Amino acid sequence: MTFDEVQSQAIADWESIEHGNKPCILVGAASCGLAAGALAVIEAIKSELERRNLSATIIQVGCLGLCYAEPLVAIIKPGHPRIYYGNLTPKLACQLIEDYFINDDPRPDLALGSVGDGSVRDIPRLFELPMLKPQVRITLRNCGLIDPENINHYIARGGYSSLVKALSMAPEEVIAEVKKSGLRGRGGAGFPTGVKWGFCRNAQDRGKYFLCNADEGDPGTFVDRALLEGDPHSVLEGMLIGAYAIGANEGYIYIRAEYPLATERMDMAIKQANAYGILGDDILGSGFNFQVKIRSGAGAFVCGEETALINSIEGERGTPRIRPPFPAQSGLWGKPTNVNNVETLANIPLIIEKGGDWYAGIGTEQSKGTKLFSLSGSITRPGVVEVPFGLSLRSLVEDIGGGTLAGRKLKAIQPGGAMLGLIPASLVDQPIDFEGLANIGSGVGSGGLVVVDESSCVVDIAHMLMTFAQNECCGKCLIGRLGTKKMLDILHGIINGSGQPKDMTLLHDLGTSMTLGSLCPLGGGAPGPVMSILRYFRDELETHIREHHCPAGVCKELT
Amino acid sequence: MIAIVEVDTKEQLKEILSHYTGRRDELIPLLQEAQEQFRYLPEDVLQDIAKFLKLSESTVYGVATFYSEFRFTPPGRKIIKLCQGPACHMRGARHIRRAVEKQLGIRAGETTDDFEYTLETTACSGACALAPVVEVDSKVYGRLAASRIGHILTDDEN
Repeated sequence: MTFDEVQSQAIADWESIEHGNKPCILVGAASCGLAAGALAVIEAIKSELERRNLSATIIQVGCLGLCYAEPLVAIIKPGHPRIYYGNLTPKLACQLIEDYFINDDPRPDLALGSVGDGSVRDIPRLFELPMLKPQVRITLRNCGLIDPENINHYIARGGYSSLVKALSMAPEEVIAEVKKSGLRGRGGAGFPTGVKWGFCRNAQDRGKYFLCNADEGDPGTFVDRALLEGDPHSVLEGMLIGAYAIGANEGYIYIRAEYPLATERMDMAIKQANAYGILGDDILGSGFNFQVKIRSGAGAFVCGEETALINSIEGERGTPRIRPPFPAQSGLWGKPTNVNNVETLANIPLIIEKGGDWYAGIGTEQSKGTKLFSLSGSITRPGVVEVPFGLSLRSLVEDIGGGTLAGRKLKAIQPGGAMLGLIPASLVDQPIDFEGLANIGSGVGSGGLVVVDESSCVVDIAHMLMTFAQNECCGKCLIGRLGTKKMLDILHGIINGSGQPKDMTLLHDLGTSMTLGSLCPLGGGAPGPVMSILRYFRDELETHIREHHCPAGVCKELT
Repeated sequence: MIAIVEVDTKEQLKEILSHYTGRRDELIPLLQEAQEQFRYLPEDVLQDIAKFLKLSESTVYGVATFYSEFRFTPPGRKIIKLCQGPACHMRGARHIRRAVEKQLGIRAGETTDDFEYTLETTACSGACALAPVVEVDSKVYGRLAASRIGHILTDDEN
């Protein structure tokens, strides 16, 4: 089958869902949906349909990002737009079937919004809602809308045509387009992706590798999970385009062990792509070969560091390597290797389709495009969102996230995961970009944004994050190993009432040494939260030390 | 009785090994598959894997102990994981932990005497939007309150 034939078949498949004669019910069944009870809702819907002798197609879709509204169900009745319903219980779902299917009442009181042609009275358009309107959904374009286990849905919405386009270009042209887009690595470091590809392209050795880093282990971060579970083919297509650009014929996707559903969906995506000739030998008749395998992590956060990840694939302890040489010169089994994060790769197909200039038109001067954030902590609407760089933290947390829980006073925002600083409420108007957030002692990082309100204690949070860093430290370099241990001991003393005034200086000096002297970003990043507390929450820290008092009343050992 | 179990383990491991070629990079996938089969990594299994991959036993043990996924003692029938991530921490994980520990009579890292439950912690389940969460045999329960603990621990659908 040619790609054109595959495409027309895919479009027919997709149209049967969107504009078919049979009703279709889509249930959000990514990890969030499942944890909120989506399976019970599906069972209830099935038995209600059966009881009433109704017929409908039920599809499990990925995460739309509105995790706060899970279990989330969309109903497509022939001739009507999709209507999304949130926070459904099995009982409510059954009632909805009766009301909408039998009595033709779409229940605007239960509906979140509608998507697609036409409108429904008293139901707003979904993407006009405050949490969706400010978003620019590039990597999330399919998440929650398509069946992630059906390659046809991805293809029908333009999927793999960027691969077709890339294969007709010279590899150097592909790299030039990615360079032009200004795309920077979304794994945390923010290194320009096109430049990274160029290094690997120029490496002379044969037998290069292209790796996808899906070891998203940063506590509070679940953006890559949303992509892997909701639209695995977009990641795979980005990987294929990248492999073609650097000249790699083999690759691995290293997925966190704690993401079994993501692993299952990616495995399915690989099999489907193989069956369509999109993966494997002589891809779409281009002469380009690419084989990809999945490797499951085994519960080590440090393996998210690219050289530790390479060691882990080789079957070694997942400790980072000393650089140089960089993976582009000597990576997996000593071969030139390129490692990209999931979100980075999910951006690639649209960059190739619409051009680097289009992508560079989104965002700020130095931070192009969009960034995914997972919102959690004290926030009204937790979930996964995609916003253009340059949006303010305030807009992200207040407009999209709906503000803090129960209207409590905002205290701090930690935008980039466990290894980065907390930003105080006074700086909430800061625009989101790589340099801007780094300049105020934090960063974009992994995009795991945690909102902290006045009922939390920042010293307690720093202690919790350092417990994690110390636990996950691999022990290879001295400053990482002893630094995390010593910092944890000091913080433990402070929250238990034995803090000393000299601890402030000790934490500062130790943190500085760790940032400068650690072998990898785990040791270098571990002091991040503590350093930000020394900078912005000094009073609160001092009160713990000098007065043995926790102003938030969280540290129970203090009076 | 013991001898029968040992023979059985050997046979099962042999079956697993037959799908591998003996390459060094198969070590972690092999350990994962063996643990899936035996629920932990018994000493003789580690020894046989070392022999199969032509690695020293200390190398295999060194790799296996590096990764927190691997267990070296038999776990309980159900494995409960308490999420320690920031969102769960801020939304009452410590109350959940206390409730689970009280209900089971063990602390994190321990197994009940009847081998029904093993209690572990996890750095983050990645379901932060539904914090606080607890995993029971990889099934994630979200938006938990301490009062629901008894229910999820005894829930037969797990």
